[in-house]
Amino acid sequence: MKVLIPGISGLLARNVAGRLLAQGHEVIGIDPRGWPGAPEAIDLYPIDIRKRDAEEVFRQRRPDAVIHMATISALLADAEERYRINLGGTRAVFEHSANHGVRQIVFIGRHTYYGAGPDAPLYHTESEPPQELGTYPELADLVAADLYAANALWRLPALQTAVLRICYTLGPSGHGTLASFLKGRFVPMVLGFDPLFHFMHEDDAAEAIVTALSAKARGIYNVAGPQPLPLSVIASETGRRALPLPETVLAMLVGHAGLPRLSRGALAHVKYPIVVDATSFRKETGFAHRFDELGTARSFADAFPARGRASPVPPL
Amino acid sequence: MPDEIAARVDRLELPFDARGVDEYGISKWHLTIAFRALAFLYRRYFHVRAQGLEHVPPRGRAMLVGNHSGGIALDAAMVIASCFLELDPPRLAQGMAEKFINRIPFASTWTARCGHLTGLPEHALRLLESERLLLVFPEGARGTAKLWKDRFSLVDFGTGFMRLALRTKSPIVPFAFLGGGDAIPTVGNLYKLGKLIGVPYLPVTPWLLPLPRPARLSVLYGEPMRVEGSGDEEDATVAGYVDRVKARIADLMEQGRR
Repeated sequence: MKVLIPGISGLLARNVAGRLLAQGHEVIGIDPRGWPGAPEAIDLYPIDIRKRDAEEVFRQRRPDAVIHMATISALLADAEERYRINLGGTRAVFEHSANHGVRQIVFIGRHTYYGAGPDAPLYHTESEPPQELGTYPELADLVAADLYAANALWRLPALQTAVLRICYTLGPSGHGTLASFLKGRFVPMVLGFDPLFHFMHEDDAAEAIVTALSAKARGIYNVAGPQPLPLSVIASETGRRALPLPETVLAMLVGHAGLPRLSRGALAHVKYPIVVDATSFRKETGFAHRFDELGTARSFADAFPARGRASPVPPL
Repeated sequence: MPDEIAARVDRLELPFDARGVDEYGISKWHLTIAFRALAFLYRRYFHVRAQGLEHVPPRGRAMLVGNHSGGIALDAAMVIASCFLELDPPRLAQGMAEKFINRIPFASTWTARCGHLTGLPEHALRLLESERLLLVFPEGARGTAKLWKDRFSLVDFGTGFMRLALRTKSPIVPFAFLGGGDAIPTVGNLYKLGKLIGVPYLPVTPWLLPLPRPARLSVLYGEPMRVEGSGDEEDATVAGYVDRVKARIADLMEQGRR
């Protein structure tokens, strides 16, 4: 199968690309960031998915399937740029796919879609609407991209569409929202709150994406591996020290004094859990995780001990 | 005593991982501390008398359904303690916490770590489908607000628990809790002051604060009741089933007073 991956330079996307190559698929990548040292077998186009050149890649290369991984989280860009990348980019990917013979598309979304709040159910199922957007407006563009991707299910019935809402990933690459949060020696917590965090090993997450493709999954799916853990337990399992602070103090200190950056809205995600029920995905695709929650936490801690970073990002 | 509690926590038939945490975030560490405190209150302070424990299924889904007694959640705490301290193997009864608790620092964490999730239908359904023991007070917050003079009465029951029992085919174990009104004799409730500090109301006792005195408490469990249906029945039908459970609980309360 010829698979196009917009956003291929991200570490999870590289992991997915390596697995696809190993399975004998042809892999094409689009990403303006480039990928120095990428495997030769991958045809890489260092362009922006929203530009005309990107459509030319679809037109000329005629991929069979697309794995859309070119969305970014709230910490990486300002609101306007994020909106352009996340919603504009997603729209471009679906339009080009529909116009140029793509048969299957996998949209990589996030479990934070559901939002975190005191009245939310602990386990979210795919039928639930996003909540708490009012308290975390930085999530709006990702939620909009997810909903736009999901409406391809009825708008573009010929396109086999899977929307994956993947929980946090963690592992030796040190990449991702949770890894960034755990990088330092101290893990900030809101005093009196200790939410469950749902995370899976990055290798399992990459395997889940490849599985969604090979199982020709169609629909909206939560993707998770082992059970969630309280943030305090994650902190101790990764050799960090939990640092509980009153919410107002924490809001002032994040991003300073060695604490990780955190948007103000994201504080709700440190107070209340976002956990997903991934039963449907497992049932539909047969996916099973290899790493349990403690092994996953340790794999991150081994690569990133609390005092300084021990090892560089491992090559694929 | 402490070793006995830790041993009982170890014997709970819940799927804890190597760190002693289950899929709902229930933590053995938190349970051990909480049950040490509850065991003292249960055995030494209130001298709780529990009868009919053989009616609580040793494993598998079930709903403990009973009356509220006392201005704060003393009833829930002692019912949970009775299932943990007196059943063999011990069982963890999981209550449905009032929504406001999840907004309060520490209370939010401790209720969650001890298995008492926010009172949402989704949680109740999921716990029963996970073969857990669910603790339900169909009188809701109006039940805990009962005044001392009304301590042997029942206020209106909600019907949500019955639809849940029908849908999940869970047996209902009715129970009566007695003595809470004597431990915390509520003479009035301060609703406005409660709202100010983020709780539904503040009960007032003759000694002002809702601190319980060491009154004798008792809990009586009745035979499990099974209702057949889909959970999609008309309101009137469900209300009929609810009345049967309510009447059974009233019987048990009478029995307990004798």
